Order: sequence, then structure tokens, then C-alpha cells
Amino acid sequence: MRWAYTPWLIAYQLQETHTDRTDARRPGRTARPYAAALEPDDGQWVRATKDYANTRYSSLDQINTSNVASLKVAWTFDTGTARGQEAAPIVANNTMYVVAPWPNTLFALDLTKPGGPLKWKYEPNPSRAAKGEACCDWVNRGAVFDGGKIFYNTLDGYTVAVDANTGKLAWRTHLADISKGETITMAPTVVHGKVLVGNSGGEFGVRGWLAALDTGTGKVVWQAYNTGPDKDVLIGDKFKPFYASDKGTDLGVKTWPPDAWRVGGGSVWGFVAYDPSSNLIYYGTANPGPWNADARPGDNKWTAGMWARDADSGQAVWFYQMSPHDLFDWDGINENILLDLPWHGQTRKVLVRPDRDGYIYLIDRGTGEVLSATPYVYTTTTKGVDLKSGRMIDVEEKKPEVGKETVNICPMAPGSKDWQPSSFSPRTGLVYVPHENMCMDEQYNQANYIAGTPYIGATVRYYPGPGGNMGELMAWDPIAGKKVWTIPDKYPTWSGTVATAGDLVFYGTMDGWFKAVDARTGKVLWQFKTGSGIIGQPITYKGPDGKQYIAILSGIGGWPGAIVSGDLDTRDDSAANGWGSAMRDLKNATQPGGTLYVFALP
Amino acid sequence: MSSPFPNLLALWLFLLCGATVSAAPLRICADPNNLPFSNRSGSGFDNRIALLIAHDLHRQPLFVWTRPRRGFLREQFNRDVCDLLPGVPERMHGLGVSAPYYASSYVFVTPSSDHLKIASFSDPQLNGRRIGLQVLDEDLSPPSLPLIRAGHASQLVGFQSFNSQEGKVVDAVANGTVSVAVVWGPAAGYYANRSTTALTLTPIPPSYTFSGIPFTYGIGFGVHHRDTSLLEEVNRSIAHLRPEIDQILMNYHVRIVSTNAEGR
Repeated sequence: MRWAYTPWLIAYQLQETHTDRTDARRPGRTARPYAAALEPDDGQWVRATKDYANTRYSSLDQINTSNVASLKVAWTFDTGTARGQEAAPIVANNTMYVVAPWPNTLFALDLTKPGGPLKWKYEPNPSRAAKGEACCDWVNRGAVFDGGKIFYNTLDGYTVAVDANTGKLAWRTHLADISKGETITMAPTVVHGKVLVGNSGGEFGVRGWLAALDTGTGKVVWQAYNTGPDKDVLIGDKFKPFYASDKGTDLGVKTWPPDAWRVGGGSVWGFVAYDPSSNLIYYGTANPGPWNADARPGDNKWTAGMWARDADSGQAVWFYQMSPHDLFDWDGINENILLDLPWHGQTRKVLVRPDRDGYIYLIDRGTGEVLSATPYVYTTTTKGVDLKSGRMIDVEEKKPEVGKETVNICPMAPGSKDWQPSSFSPRTGLVYVPHENMCMDEQYNQANYIAGTPYIGATVRYYPGPGGNMGELMAWDPIAGKKVWTIPDKYPTWSGTVATAGDLVFYGTMDGWFKAVDARTGKVLWQFKTGSGIIGQPITYKGPDGKQYIAILSGIGGWPGAIVSGDLDTRDDSAANGWGSAMRDLKNATQPGGTLYVFALP
Repeated sequence: MSSPFPNLLALWLFLLCGATVSAAPLRICADPNNLPFSNRSGSGFDNRIALLIAHDLHRQPLFVWTRPRRGFLREQFNRDVCDLLPGVPERMHGLGVSAPYYASSYVFVTPSSDHLKIASFSDPQLNGRRIGLQVLDEDLSPPSLPLIRAGHASQLVGFQSFNSQEGKVVDAVANGTVSVAVVWGPAAGYYANRSTTALTLTPIPPSYTFSGIPFTYGIGFGVHHRDTSLLEEVNRSIAHLRPEIDQILMNYHVRIVSTNAEGR
């Protein structure tokens, strides 16, 4: 299909030939990110995902496979908050913007001066109560820059807009109610003058939504719920789902017990992708509540699935449900990477989604048709997607039941991959997926209480899957549906990744190593031990001095890392909702921290 | 809402304790807004029983207002914001639990005028009726489990129990939103007594368990694992304050189950 390529891609390929340093096979070389064509790389990093296509690919190549071994720390910055650092630093107009975990201070660092001194900081003073509501540490996944403002969310449920030059508050909008268990942790994105924000929080009691706020005023332009009647879900004439199970009126009510949709979960706390040519946004919805799936007979629309919506009106265009009637707490919030791929003799506009259920989906992003769903980890819970109905086939005997201990549930509740974002390099055609390799046992037996009322809750215990490693970074060929290389790690690989034109992939480990890997071979070419565990999102940018820099926040925490940042008692197997036994020695491997590291060549 | 006791009594007890203290204040974690258990004016039964215990131990009571919800143990109790935590079920992990100061069970709540007399999860009268349950953190309360097994999943309606909403599930029976509710005894007794609609409460027998899950719980005070002497003192106080404690529970219409037969 080479003759069908647009001129920009030919230019891309020429550049590729010039800078090739290796004869290594380049599987899937014809895969290309859609939005890269419309978003020339300016060397900045204005949103967590880098581009709208969510590739996290940078065309910078000063730092490459031949010189990365001499990478050194250029400067550091301490956020003063020793909690899980999941944020992507944002770089715009020679300033770096860093959001810390609760209390969610925003720091602006001057990149024109040595050492990146503080220009200003903005303190939103979020409610203390939000800390208790947050399920999984007090994290924040970062900000977005647009039109001279920085937009980000606070744990206690506000979206704030801050003047990017002065640090003065422009507006502040209250969206999520912590008294209902709602928080906000996601990194917003901006499309056509609207900030897109979704909620997080307990799966039960919360009703998930994505809201679009006017960048100028902070007013909510539209809000699309993930449960309830079609008018709340913004389902109208445009809605053309591919599969029969998503067709019908008010499925967000009918696929639930009476009124259960009002508290049915389905929050939105992952990354939002955008395709300018179709003007569609893409994002996933979290799992339904309550935890006990028997209490919510039905498919529990529109949870544990993903939306394509019109970016301007929020109207739904299609929906696909990875986990209808979710049994295992598998949030569907994982990232969607927008690519144009050769597929059975045609170029298909697809999205690639490494899901929690252990499968990497290739979905036609125009129609919602699943082209393939290929397992990438050991799985005992499902048999694969029936491509006719689009439905995942469950393994009956792994369904958790009250009064019975269900063992060897693989993947575990956080899935084969949690929120930590993958990246894609058009030079290698590979998707770089940081993920888990873990299973769980589940049993109802733990005495607990809430608001004066006792009950017996589910105890879950997580442990490493086959091979004994809890995490890995994997290079995946999305066309062949194959793992090309993998780097196992003792702990879950909970950091994001960035891929560069220097044919490097950067990522971090929970015991604090920050690594540069050959994008083609998976060989570790450089590594540096940071002060704490890494669960953040690396970025790269061109400084005002013309040099390429790499940045990462180091600070253990998040769901698995809360063992350390929250100082939880690991004698309790179920601490941090099941991580206790698996992460027992993480306290010896790393200490809480909250430091930004910026690296450059000498 | 009026309190069954005048607040003056709490104040009096407080002053009395203050006059006889001999050790560091006893810090008691209590919810600021969760009757009948506790509220900021001290008019919940847990407030009153905790005051009795503090007085008995010659410690000055000091309420620390905290909400025992998700993250409470990890973010508050384990960070030592208080010494004593009322309302903890026996055999709870992660902290020391005293002997029970009461035991109660989940109860069926129906309008008396319906004469339903529902007393078990297999009662055919449950068929087709909307059944109210409390929502606890991520899940419906434990009666959901046998109800689901009996085929009633699509009839269950959850009610949040946070922030003085504890009574909503009982109100829902009174106003007909649901035909029946299964509610934790202390909340059921207290709110049924305040309802203008006559309600019938039928406890689930202590002998009944479902797949090993009990519906009757002994409730004690939580202490830090290290506070073994406090645990012993609290146990002794509960034993000899039994008549006073029972009187308080009675005043709040808590459906008490005999502690000898408090289930498993």
C-alpha cells in the first residue's frame, strides 16, 4: 500500500532512512500515528500524552542509542510532597509545569536559567477530606497547557485554570463531590477550547462522567454520564455502535437493577485521545459497582468500556464494552493510541488499546469494530473475544463467588496493565507497553465496618504470575500481534513510557531505576538510580539552549506503592486492597520521595 | 432532631471526668454526623458509652471527630489520631478489639400495616418487592448475598449510609419507596422508633449464616495493637458497666442480641 501514502509520510520515511543506525528488523514499520501528521513536533510537551494520538513519541534524536550511555543529571527539583508522583511534567514557552500529589501544588520552573529555578507556585488548598476518599494514594497525573493557561484537577474535585505566566488563578470549577466518594486524579486535555475532565473514586456510590469546560470561563459546556438514561449519557442520532449488544434505548438504565445505575461507577480517570480528521474523542470508562458482580445482573452499560464521542457536542458516536458485567474490577480507562495500520491489504484507521483484561485490542476507530484482541499476558479468566458479537468469553469457574475461595485469577483486579501509559514509535512500528504480570486469590471473609455498620468484605491477595516477575516493559508489534522483546522486573512496572526518534524508550521501576532502552532490541543502554520509586510519566523536550532533555518525577506511591508512601502494614496481606503480600519488601527497596530529575548529555 | 438525652448530661459527664482525671486524656475517634452512633454534640450512643468508659478509667475524654469511612484506618487511626475507636466488629484485622459492648443483627423492616412478617431470606413474600439495603463502601450490605442467591438481585435498592443518611433506608420503607429493607439493628431500631409510620422489625436469628458470613455481630472498642493494657482496662469496664451500657442502648432502641449467643 506504499503508493497510497500521503507526502508527509514519505518525508517521514526519508528521514527514517537517513537516521537508521541499525539493520535490525523493523516489524510493522508501516504503522504510523495519525495525529503526528497534523501536529508537527515543536519540541515542547504541552499535554501528558504528548500528542492527541497518545503516542508519547518525540522526534528529538540528539539523545540516541549511540550516546545515551553518557546521559547525566542536569538538575533536580523537590516537590516537597513525598507521595506517589504520577504526573507528566508539562513544557511550554520555556517553562516546566509540575503538579504534585495532594495538596496539588503547581510549580512553574524557568527553563531559561540554570537549574530550572522556581518562577512561581500556585497552591489550590484542596480539602483534607479528599485524602481519605482517594482509593490509591493522593496522586495527580498532570496538567495541560493551552492558550496561555495551565489547566489541572485537584483531588477534592475542582478543575483550575491558572495563568501560565503569572500563576494567578483564572477560574476554578467544582465538579466532583468528595462527600459522595468522588475525587479527580486524571490529566485533562484541551480540544477546541474545551477542557475535558472526568471523575475518579470508589466504584460504588459514584456515577462516572466526562465533562467539557469552556477554557475561557470554566463553565461546563456538556457532561456525559456513563450510566443512566440516554439523555444523560448524550446518546442521540449520532450513536451507531458496531455490536448489537450496545443498541437499544436507555441501556444505561435497563442493564442494571432498579436505580443501581445511579451509583453504578464507570468513572473516567485515564487519558483522552482525539482524532482531528473525524473530530472524535476516545476514552475509557471504569468498572461498575458494587464489587460483588452478582448484585448487578446485566451488562452494566456503559461501564468497563470505551467511547467515541463528538468533540464539540459530546454526543456519543460508538461504544465498545471490553468487560460487560465486569467480574474483576477491570476499569476500562487504559489509553487508546490512534494509528493508521495496514490490515488485510487495507490501511485501517485504528486505535490500539492494551486493556486490563490481558488483551491488546485493535479497534476500527471510525466504527468501533474489533479487528483483533490478542492476549499479551498469562490469562485464566477469559477465552478471548467472539469477533462476531464483540463479546469477551468468560471462564465460568474463575467467577468469584461468595463463600468460596477463587484462586489463580489471572490477571488480578488491577489487570494486566493499569493506568501507566504506553508509547509508540513510528520508526519501529512498535508499541511499548509497561504492565503487570500478576494473579490473585479472592475470598469473602474479612470483618470490616463503615459508618457504624459491620460487614464481611472480600479479601484479595495479589501475587506474581508465571515467571515470578510482577512487571515488565514489552515491545509489541500491533500488526503481527506479537511480543518483540520484553524486560521483566521484580515489581509491577507502574511508570509510563516515552519513545524517541533517537530509537530510545525511557521508563522507570518501582525501586527507583530510570532506564533508557534500545527501542528495537530492548537492550538497556543506560540507567540511573533515583531517590525513590518511579511511577510517573517520563517526557522529553528541547530546552531554550537547543539541547534535548529527559524528565521524570521520582516518588513511590499509587495503588501498589501506597505500601511505602502510606506506610501501610504489610503484615496484612490485603493492605492497599490486595497488594500487601506482593509488595512486602518494597519498603526495603525504596523510600517515599517526590523529586523531579532532568537529564541531558554533558 | 431532638436528642434522647439533653446535651447537659454529656457536659456533666465531661466535667465529672475532668475533675477526676489521673492520666493523659483518652482520645476517642467519633463520627461528627452519624446518628444513632455518634455526632458532634455527643448525642449518639457510642458517644455516651465511650464517656462512661473514659470516666470509669479516670481518663479525660477527648473526642476526635473523624469519619470512619474508606481510608479511615490507614489515614487516621493508624496515624494515631486517637486511642479508642467505638463500633468495631469483633475479629476485625489491623487493630485490637475489646470484648463486645453490645451485639446486634441485621433486621427486616416492613410497614406494620402490611402484616408481612418477613423473617427469612427464603420468604416467598420477598418476590417482586423492592428491597432496601445499606451501601457500605464498595458494596451493598451483607444481606444482599443471600438475597441475590434467592434470585432477588434485580429488586435490590442501595441507600448510602454516610453523613446522617443512615436513616434513609428506614424512611424508604415508611414512605413506600421500598416494600421491605434489611438494616443493621442499631440504625433500624433508632430510626423505626422515630418514624411516624408504624414499622415492624424482625431480626435475623444469630444462628443464621450464609456461606460462613454472619448477620449478627459483636461490637467492641478498637485500640492500637500496642495498647494491651488499655484493651484489658476497657474489657474490665465493659464487664462492670454492663447495666449502664444496656440502659443507654435501650434508650436508643438498639436491637440487642444476647451477647452469649452473639453468633459466630
